[in-house]
Amino acid sequence: MLAVALTGLVGAAVYFFVWGKWGPPAAITPVGKEVDRQYQLTLAITGAIFILAQLGLAFAVLRYRGSGRGAHYSHGNNKLEFLWTFATTVIFLGLGLLGYKAWGAVRLTPASPGAIPIEVTTSQFVYNFRYTGPDGRFGMTDPKLISPSTGNPLGLDPNDPAGRDDIVVPTLTVPVGREIDLLIRSQDVIHSVFVRELRLQQDAVPGLTVPLHFTADKIGTYDIVCTQLCGLGHSRMHSYLNVVSESDYESFLKRQEQLLRQAGGR
Amino acid sequence: MSAEAEVSARTQAARQHAAAGAPRGFVRKYIFSTDHKVIGIQYYALALAAVLVGVVLSIFMRLHLAWPALHLPFVSGGVMTPEQYEALLTMHGTIMVFFVLTTAPQGAFGNYFLPIQIGAPDMAFPRLNMLSFWITLVSFLCMISAFFVPGGAPLSGWTAYAPLSALGQVTGPGEGLGQTIWLVSIGVFCIAMLLGALNFISTTIDMRAPGMSLFRMPLTVWAWFVTAILSLLSFAVLLAAVVMLLLDRTAGTSFFVPAATVVSEQLQRHSGGSPLLWEHLFWFFGHPEVYIAILPGMGVTSHLLSTFSRKPVFGYKAMVWAICAIGLLGFLVWGHHMFVSGMSPYSAFAFSLLTLSIGVPSAIKTFNWLGTIWGGKLQFTTAMLFALGFVSIFVTGGLSGLFLAQPAVDSMLHATYYVVAHFHLIMGVAALFGIFAATYFWFPKMFGRMMNERLGKLHFWCTFVGAYLIFFPMHFVGLAGGIRRYADFTAVDYLWRLQPLQRFITWAAFATAAAQIFFLWNFFWSLRRGEKAPRNPWRATTLEWITASPPPHDNFAGNYPRVYRGPYEFSVPGTAEDFLMQDVPTGPEKGARE
Amino acid sequence: MRTDEAQIAVGALAGGAGNGEGASGGNGPDGGDGMQWPAASGSVPPRAYVTGVTMGLGAVLMFFMALVSAYIVRKGMPNSGWIALPAMPRILWLNTLVLIASSVALAQARGRFRAGDSREFRRWWGAATILGLFFLAGQIIAWRELASSGVYLATNASGSFFYLFTAAHGLHLAGGLIALVWVLRLPTRRLTLGTATEVAAMFWHFMDGLWVFLFLLLMLVR
Repeated sequence: MLAVALTGLVGAAVYFFVWGKWGPPAAITPVGKEVDRQYQLTLAITGAIFILAQLGLAFAVLRYRGSGRGAHYSHGNNKLEFLWTFATTVIFLGLGLLGYKAWGAVRLTPASPGAIPIEVTTSQFVYNFRYTGPDGRFGMTDPKLISPSTGNPLGLDPNDPAGRDDIVVPTLTVPVGREIDLLIRSQDVIHSVFVRELRLQQDAVPGLTVPLHFTADKIGTYDIVCTQLCGLGHSRMHSYLNVVSESDYESFLKRQEQLLRQAGGR
Repeated sequence: MSAEAEVSARTQAARQHAAAGAPRGFVRKYIFSTDHKVIGIQYYALALAAVLVGVVLSIFMRLHLAWPALHLPFVSGGVMTPEQYEALLTMHGTIMVFFVLTTAPQGAFGNYFLPIQIGAPDMAFPRLNMLSFWITLVSFLCMISAFFVPGGAPLSGWTAYAPLSALGQVTGPGEGLGQTIWLVSIGVFCIAMLLGALNFISTTIDMRAPGMSLFRMPLTVWAWFVTAILSLLSFAVLLAAVVMLLLDRTAGTSFFVPAATVVSEQLQRHSGGSPLLWEHLFWFFGHPEVYIAILPGMGVTSHLLSTFSRKPVFGYKAMVWAICAIGLLGFLVWGHHMFVSGMSPYSAFAFSLLTLSIGVPSAIKTFNWLGTIWGGKLQFTTAMLFALGFVSIFVTGGLSGLFLAQPAVDSMLHATYYVVAHFHLIMGVAALFGIFAATYFWFPKMFGRMMNERLGKLHFWCTFVGAYLIFFPMHFVGLAGGIRRYADFTAVDYLWRLQPLQRFITWAAFATAAAQIFFLWNFFWSLRRGEKAPRNPWRATTLEWITASPPPHDNFAGNYPRVYRGPYEFSVPGTAEDFLMQDVPTGPEKGARE
Repeated sequence: MRTDEAQIAVGALAGGAGNGEGASGGNGPDGGDGMQWPAASGSVPPRAYVTGVTMGLGAVLMFFMALVSAYIVRKGMPNSGWIALPAMPRILWLNTLVLIASSVALAQARGRFRAGDSREFRRWWGAATILGLFFLAGQIIAWRELASSGVYLATNASGSFFYLFTAAHGLHLAGGLIALVWVLRLPTRRLTLGTATEVAAMFWHFMDGLWVFLFLLLMLVR
């Protein structure tokens, strides 16, 4: 009966993993697609091992159930041990080494000089995204000036001219096909930035600024969620990544600058 | 005096000496007992109480996830709030990991059977053993009290990341007194574990019976031994981390809190600390901890598969090396919990390769389990079913680890339900199967009665199928981007579309939790009314089966065994029976040279 | 029913199941690294105590190494505002010498014990104990010195670590002191006293070595 259950398990597993409708949405970056390839490769290998192991167990359970002839007295087989140890090592480590590229492309390669820097500041339980504005520089911030309730969630220092044109918005708008360099920070506890379609995730750690770069190649709106338990609002901490055309992006920036001017600057 | 008379005089003296050590009175026999067998049962009772609490917490969690607006009993306010959910989640994880998976496999069965399986009358330090249990109990009571203090239980997860756990009440409800109590409880637990670990190690090294060389020890003993070494080294680090976090919370230090921390517009008076430091220290403990939870189960599985296949363990020495390798490598892989934490991406890659390497000894063990039953003569007792189930679940849970071990793939799976599926299969199910298997196997020896096999098989089937039904779908929730530790999936559209899966999981969880009644019924009914157990009902070979069921106070009634062969001599050609016990000198000698 | 009653008896005989032997905790004539069962005094071989304390010291070592690694990481963090302690309280030098002296006294005591000179043993052991007390007193004075220069537990990171290291070490040492006193009060039964001195000394020397390490760390890695 166990054999039947195991075979059923294998069948269900194969079905759901290969044909099932629950999976991540399509990746929208070249690196994301690379991650998907690595995932598929891992799935193929682990799937094969899974099928062999579970069916092997099912077979043994069926074939060797008691009664009749006695058990075969054996303490093992060293040759076999070496063989499968070697094979497992090669396969597992090989898998890891193959995955290096996808990791290195994002993490071990800095953003290219023309990337658009956007600062992501997380706090309980909101995201704030800051653009440099026309001057290309981020203004100074001072934790003592942080006051979301009066419209200064990042604590921008009014005395720093570089900050006068900084755009601070609650959603992330980026142009398609351009490299973005996110600078991820936190004001209070550890949060995280995760966009499924980017296949990227990064914790926002207070005291650190962690860079994360990507290039989105598909226009659309994607969810940004927090994946690091940050308090009671964790499941509500949510924003959007808007990938828009280059012209829409310019319009967005202009509109924000206009709003800043209307508000009388900082 | 003739030789025989001299011998019987000596045995007589030994018996009297042993009998003189037996405690009298209810309190000394059953409450403040230094007898490792009683202490083992006390740990088991503690783990049983803890698992009931843990399961109840998880049922409430699953109810809320499936029907977020549902009015629930015992929840103040009726509808569970996110902070209540996070508190339940924190306590569920903490209680299950510490008070079930670290106590039952090692504290209960290890305590009970390590001395007997090596032919010793007790642990090396029986009073220290008793102290370890009572300190563990105090820790558990302290932990439970966190529910009842103002603010309630903490909500930072069993991992208690700083600064969420370091800043006090400002970061959330339960983060005041609740978190402090949690930390004190864990600190106390560390001390209990350290004392227990040094007892296990000293006993294994110094108290083995004549002839019981290291390579004649059952794999269960090897597993408990290596687990104790892991405990010794890792809990010490956790204790250091907990002390520093307590100081941050109560004494104004800043080990883990950086400068410029602003919570609710209030600048916190801390500076210079590193949240990542907490993560490193915690996971340096945390990863060996999960091996502490699983290794005893692996030992039990090897032991049972051999016994109920009537075949020696396939590759005993390889199994020993695999246990040691898993133990050692277990200390080198903690960074795989931190791939996206902000630590150096180069070290991430190094941790990745080491983590993949740990798959090798795990695979060896799996191959050897299959090799053990291959060509065997299988007896499908309940204990054997759970051991076989362990293999299946371990394969499933272990393979999903291969995805998580690669940082690039982990970038899309970290903190999703994929991880939840992985660790629940490996810890919540496989380790639990190890506990169940051990229970069904050793119940006759511990209590002198047999458990009911039909109920046992029913329990197995419900749990085996149920566990897969609960945790297999979680992989898909995770792949679709379902985030863990979310109180509900209502705030984000794509999450809400996963709700049917969540409901299915919840129903499966109810059914499986309910099915545990078969186990509880069987356990308690058999204690009183089970068929009387013979000395060796399973016709097994190790030393616990040479003594009475249950064993006398000094384990062997003065007749301490001498060991002549390895622990898994089943179906040896040329012998009348299909098993050769370790202490019987007749039959072909299998020395330590294997 | 088992057929090996005779075998048990033979085994017991072969295993040297004498109540009078095995006191020295050595190997019996059993062809292996097993023990003689049952041994005389409560069945626990003396060397189990040595193993136990060694394991305990392993745990203590890991505890302190966790603190030390935290210290090194914290100190090495860029832009984290590390301010070195103004000066190490000078009494620490004296304390270190006192602790080393106590270890020397302890070693002397054990030498006298092995030579069978019970009175000298107690003298030296007592001296080590008193020196240990002086060390702890000196540590408290060091604390007061540091506090008077304005550095408290929460003042800055280097202060936090200083107090943490010295408090943790001092607590363990106090435990060791209790062990030393306990040994002093044991009657002179050779076996248990011998083992007790061995393990107490192991613990004490370890604490001494640990202190020297911590002291050098605090002095040099600032």
